[in-house]
Amino acid sequence: MRFTSYEFLGFLVLLFPLYYLVPKKWQWGVLLAASYLFYAFAGWDCILFILLTTLSSYGVACWIGWRASAEETYLACHREEMDKERRKAYKAKEKKRRFHILLLGLVFNFGILAVLKYTGFAMSGFNQILNVIGQGTLEIPDLLLPMGISFYTFQTMGYLIDVYRAKTKVERNPARLALFTAFFPQLVQGPISRHSDLAEQLYMPHSFDRKEFIFGLQRILWGYFKKLVIADRILIAMKTLLADPEEYRGGYVVMLILLYSVEIYADFTGGIDITIGIAQALGMKLRENFNRPFSSHSTKEYWNRWHITMGSWFTDYVFYPLSVCKPMMKLSKWSRAHLGNSLGKRVPVYLATTVTWFLTGLWHGAGANFIVWGLLNCLVILVSQELEPLYARFRRRFPNLSSSNGYGKFMAVRTFLLMGLIRSLDCYRNVGTTFRLWGSMLTVWNWGELPKGMLRLGLGVADYVIILGGCLIMASVSVMSAKRGLRERLYQHPVLSWVLCGGLLIAVLLLGAYGIGYDASQFIYDQF
Amino acid sequence: MEQLLEILRSMHPDVDFSAAMDLIDDGILDSLDIVTLVTEINSVFDVTIPAEEIVPENFNSADALMALINKLDEE
Repeated sequence: MRFTSYEFLGFLVLLFPLYYLVPKKWQWGVLLAASYLFYAFAGWDCILFILLTTLSSYGVACWIGWRASAEETYLACHREEMDKERRKAYKAKEKKRRFHILLLGLVFNFGILAVLKYTGFAMSGFNQILNVIGQGTLEIPDLLLPMGISFYTFQTMGYLIDVYRAKTKVERNPARLALFTAFFPQLVQGPISRHSDLAEQLYMPHSFDRKEFIFGLQRILWGYFKKLVIADRILIAMKTLLADPEEYRGGYVVMLILLYSVEIYADFTGGIDITIGIAQALGMKLRENFNRPFSSHSTKEYWNRWHITMGSWFTDYVFYPLSVCKPMMKLSKWSRAHLGNSLGKRVPVYLATTVTWFLTGLWHGAGANFIVWGLLNCLVILVSQELEPLYARFRRRFPNLSSSNGYGKFMAVRTFLLMGLIRSLDCYRNVGTTFRLWGSMLTVWNWGELPKGMLRLGLGVADYVIILGGCLIMASVSVMSAKRGLRERLYQHPVLSWVLCGGLLIAVLLLGAYGIGYDASQFIYDQF
Repeated sequence: MEQLLEILRSMHPDVDFSAAMDLIDDGILDSLDIVTLVTEINSVFDVTIPAEEIVPENFNSADALMALINKLDEE
């Protein structure tokens, strides 16, 4: 059941009153039933995998919690007879034991994800090797990929790691953990929530709050506007451009980069608006996943503003543990001794950054293009890091210029274009083709035919006007929201608020890219 | 404390680390800085900061960081 389907709207229309009419102690039960019903639409066989993740995580978390309690009891009972060294050794032994239990849970669940998502990719690579040595090929199995598996696996494994780190409580009720894993609004494309942020909100009773409910509905409507009016309209041109990439070279590649940047922003932030809006209408507050990413002055800043919950997941659970693990500390000492302090201290940091970005690329999809995408992002970040002393000198030499508004805008445009360029690897899905087409931007000079060519991509002048208008509205809302809560301000002016919402609804109904035999496309991040 | 301030100053000479209280929340230290800092602390103080201790509360000020180093050293 897609967010953009009529079934989903019907599902919400039934869920909201039911949620607020049942006794409060049943509310989370209603959400659990609704979440599994939502998931069942993706296929009953998918439910088996989410249940496996839920039950295995439940068992592992309880086991870790039980060992932690046993450690506390033992230390309390033997307080007198244990000196500091013995206590330290006992604690270290218990921590290692808990780590092994955690490892069991991580290997099992990431193993499911790896088999279902990456078997095809690994086998096609293996087949290429077999081909080269003339040994034929193996048949690639067509495995089921459960909806949202990357998102719910990451969210649940985050919970396990937090339990191990004693950052969150062990959930003793398996049904409650099932709701945390399968909470339907964020199942499709995140945000990836932390147990300590979300769990209590899911289980606590919620009274109907008119203001929050209206804010939630407004946010949902805003999400549909971005998705149906802007993203799905651009998709029509994108399909044409990607149907025959070699035909659309040179200036068309620039056009694709710009269009895809807007499309993925409208699509992904639109989906997250719908998710956060539904949660808000249900009385909950989810973490924001975006913070005006296109205003970023650098790639590093961009990744602190785009898909924030995924970035912080990788930072907290991959980058930091990898950077400060014992082997990395040893490498740090070795590299300092052999390469000098300045270069040596950067080696482990850069190695951990590269591994993290490799995995981030792989998380986005099973394909070489995604891995190259991750590594290119990493390269840009590390090169920027190396050039930082140069930038600092520039800022000292030209303080007025470097702090001017114009220079800030230049940096934002540069980052936007650079990120757009790298992101086009998502579109072409082939590394060789992407690099060739990047080259064509310099070698094929066909800018003159673009004004007419644009109209042969399935979009008319009116469509481009709507896209441009939509971009202006998104940019204005983004700027106004950043200064002070836009909806709070509108709430003070109910008439204006209803007029704007009415306008937005009419825009969605009249300008949404429905076409004949309407079937709105799935969200881009559904595939990840 | 002076050794810690020296490490911090070598990373960002323009910041007054003895007064700054929101190094993470204000975005003065990013993830690359934090890891560089952890490896420097490991080298200078011979203290290993585990990943679970890398949270804003421990890195928002030089005082908080020094308290963490002392705590880990005692353990």
